[in-house]
Amino acid sequence: MAAARRNALPLSLMLGLALTGLFVLLALVSFFWTPYDVTKLDVAHRMQLPSALHWLGTDNIGRDILAMIMVGTRTSIAVALVAVTVGVGLGLPLGLLAASRHGSLLDEVVMRSNDLIFAFPSLVIAILITAVFGPSAFNAILAIGIFNIPVFARLSRGAALSLWQLDYLRFAQTAGKGAMRISIEHILPNILNVLIVQMTIQFSLGILAESGLSYIGLGVQPPTPSLGRMLADNRTLTALAPHLTLIPGMAIVLIVLGLNLLGDGLRDLTDPKLARQR
Amino acid sequence: MRRSNAFRFPTRALAAGLLLAGTALAGAQAQTAATIGMQLEPPHLDPTGGAAAAIDEVVYANVFEGLTRYRSDGSIAPALAENWDISDDGRSYTFHLHAGVTFHDGSALNAEDVKFSLDRARAEDSTNAQKALFAGIESVEVIDDTTVKVNLKSADGAFVTKMAWGDAVILAPETVEQAATAPVGSGPFKFDQWVRGDRVELVRNPDYWGNPVDLERATFKFISDPNAAFAAVMAGDIDAFPGYPAPETLAAFEADPRFDVVVGSTEGETILSTNNKADALSDVRVREAIAHAINRQEIIDGAMFGFGTPIGTHFAPHNPDYLDLTAQSNYDPERSKELLKAAGYDNGLKLTLKLPPPSYARRGGEIVAAQLRAVGIETEISNLEWAQWLEQVFRGKDFDLTIVSHTEPMDINIYARPGYYFQYDNPAFQDLMKTLDVEADPAKRSALLKQAQQMIADDYVNGYLFQLARTGVVNAKLKGLWQNSPTQANDLTGVHWE
Repeated sequence: MAAARRNALPLSLMLGLALTGLFVLLALVSFFWTPYDVTKLDVAHRMQLPSALHWLGTDNIGRDILAMIMVGTRTSIAVALVAVTVGVGLGLPLGLLAASRHGSLLDEVVMRSNDLIFAFPSLVIAILITAVFGPSAFNAILAIGIFNIPVFARLSRGAALSLWQLDYLRFAQTAGKGAMRISIEHILPNILNVLIVQMTIQFSLGILAESGLSYIGLGVQPPTPSLGRMLADNRTLTALAPHLTLIPGMAIVLIVLGLNLLGDGLRDLTDPKLARQR
Repeated sequence: MRRSNAFRFPTRALAAGLLLAGTALAGAQAQTAATIGMQLEPPHLDPTGGAAAAIDEVVYANVFEGLTRYRSDGSIAPALAENWDISDDGRSYTFHLHAGVTFHDGSALNAEDVKFSLDRARAEDSTNAQKALFAGIESVEVIDDTTVKVNLKSADGAFVTKMAWGDAVILAPETVEQAATAPVGSGPFKFDQWVRGDRVELVRNPDYWGNPVDLERATFKFISDPNAAFAAVMAGDIDAFPGYPAPETLAAFEADPRFDVVVGSTEGETILSTNNKADALSDVRVREAIAHAINRQEIIDGAMFGFGTPIGTHFAPHNPDYLDLTAQSNYDPERSKELLKAAGYDNGLKLTLKLPPPSYARRGGEIVAAQLRAVGIETEISNLEWAQWLEQVFRGKDFDLTIVSHTEPMDINIYARPGYYFQYDNPAFQDLMKTLDVEADPAKRSALLKQAQQMIADDYVNGYLFQLARTGVVNAKLKGLWQNSPTQANDLTGVHWE
C-alpha cells in the first residue's frame, strides 16, 4: 500500500505544479517576448474582446491584455519571491536561534517582537510603509517581507524546539557540537519540508498582498503592469466589458490556487504523519 | 463614438435583466418624487458660508433664493426681486421685492432681510467664500418693506449677475444660525431631513410665492463610488445623476431606452500642468515640444471615453471670447523631436509626472506618458492622493508635469501669479491682467482676453488638453434638469415627470 502511494504523486501536487509552472513560464517568457509592447497604447482599438490579433483582448486604453498579464505576473512573482526570501532569510535564523536558547531572555525578546509585528493587521502596516516611503515595488516588497519574518520565525522555532528534545541532538551536544552547528547540520534538514510547504503558502499570500497593494495604488507604479492595478483601472468598466476585470482576476485566482495546491501536495508528500493517517 | 457590437451584446442582456426589476419597482412608486445623485456630500448646507460646490448643488434655487438667479443658459433672471431700477450714474440699484414672500418658518421676507444678508456677507468677519461679489457695495438702505436700495462704490454692470450667485442668497437673521444644518429659506422646497453620509431630503413648500413646483419630494443621495453610482442608476434608485462620475459606463446608458445621457459643458480646463521653473521645462522649446507630442483626441477618447472638447489655451470653449488655438499646438511628433534636438535633449529627457486621483488624470497620465515616450521623453509616473498632490505639487512645486482640471470660471488670471504652482512669470501678461481688471468696455475686454489667451499659448505655459464635459444620466421620463452648469446647481424648479 505504502509503496504504491509513494509512486503516485498526489493529484493536488500535480495540479499545483501545472498551474504554477504555467504562470512561471509566462513570467519567464515575458523577459524575451510579449505579443505586443506592454506600454504600447492603441486607443482606437480599446476594450476589444479576445481575438486572433489580441488573444485576451485589449484594455481601456488599448493595451494588449495578454502582454500585461505576462508582465504583471512577472511583477507579482518577483515581489512575492523576494518578500518570501526576506521572510525566510531573517525569520529562519531568528527562529533557530530562539529555539537553541529556549527560555532565555533572547528567546523572549525575539518571540515577543515577532508577536508585535504579527499583532498588526498586515495590510495596514503595508499601507503605512508605502505611505511614508512612497509607493514603489521596493516598498511593496519591504512591506510584504516584514510580515513573513514572524511567520518563519515561529514556525522554525516550534519545529526546532521539538527536535531539541530528541536524544540524538543531546548526543550531538555531548560530542561537543555548538548550538549553531547543530541547528545547521541537524535541525535545518529536518524542518526543511515544513519550511518549503510554508514558503509556497506565504508565496501565494505574497501574490495576493502585492495585488491588494497595487489595487489601492501602493504597489508598482504605472506604466509597469500589475495584476492588481489592472483590476483597479478597469473596475468601473465591469458592466461594459467584463473581460477587462475577469481576466486579471482569474489570473490572480489561478496563481494563488496553483500555489496552494502545490503547498498541499508537498505537505501530503513529505509529512509522514499524514501519510500514516490515510 | 464607434463601438463594436461584440461588447454591446452583454450590456443589452444585462440591461434587459435590470429592466424587468426596474418596472416592478416603478409601479409602486408615485411619480411625484425624484432622487438626484451627487458624488460628493456637502460639508454643511449654508451657501453663504462655504465654497463647496455640493452645498449649492443641493440648496441653490431649491431652498434658498437671491435677488436674481441664473437660468440654465447662463442668463440672469429676476428672483426675489421682481424688477430693479438703476440710477443714471450706475451706482445705485433699487430692487423691488415680490410682495407676500415668506420664509419656510412662516415669517415674512422683507427688505430688512435683504439688508441683513448683504451686510452679513460683506462684513469684516464674514465667512462668505465669495466676498469679492460684495466688495463693491458701499451701503444698503431699506426704503420700505419691499424696496431696498444698494449703493455701490463705483458703477458695476455685472452687479445683478453677482447677486445671482449662490453665495448671495437671502436669509433671515432669526434662522441664519441653523442654515448649516437645517436651512430655512424662501424657495419652492423646504428642508426636511439630512441623513449624514447618505442623503438630504426636501419637500414641496405649499406656501411658495412663485410658480409651484411639480415635485412633492426631492432627495439628494450621495454616492461617491462610480460602481455604486452605476448600480444605483441602473436599478432605478437614482432618477438623475447630473455630475455622473464614470463616463466610461455612459455607453451602457446610451444603449438603454430608459435613460437619457446628457452631455453639457463645465468651466474645467484640463491641462498638462508644467513647472515652468523646472530645469528643462524653463526652455520654451521643450514646452512646445511637449505640446506637439500630445494627441488630444486620443486622450479624450482614452481617458474620457470621448467626452470633452479639445482646447488650445486656458479658456472655456463655450465662452464667446474663446479663441480656438488648438492648431497652434497640433499633434506633430516630428516637430517635437526637432524642437527637443534644438534644445539639446535629442538623447532623451526624463521628467516626473505626478497624478491626482481623478480618472481623467490617472488614465490621461498613462496616455500622455506613452505619447511623450514616442518623442523621446521618459516620464516617471507617481499616483498621488489629493492631500499628497496638494502638498507636493500645488504647495511644494516639486514636480515637472501633472494633470489637473481647473474648474473655476474665468480663471485665466492665475497666469498672472508668478508664485502659482506652475510658476509662469511673464510681466507682460501680468500687465495685461491689470489692464483687464480696470477695463469696462465689453469689446475692449474681449480683445484683451483674446490677447491673453494668445500669449499663454505662444509661451506654451502648460499643455492644454481638453475642456471637461459634464456628463449626466437622467431617467428618460424625468424632464427639466439643466444641461449645462453656468453655476453650481441642481435647479429642480422646472423638473417634472412625463
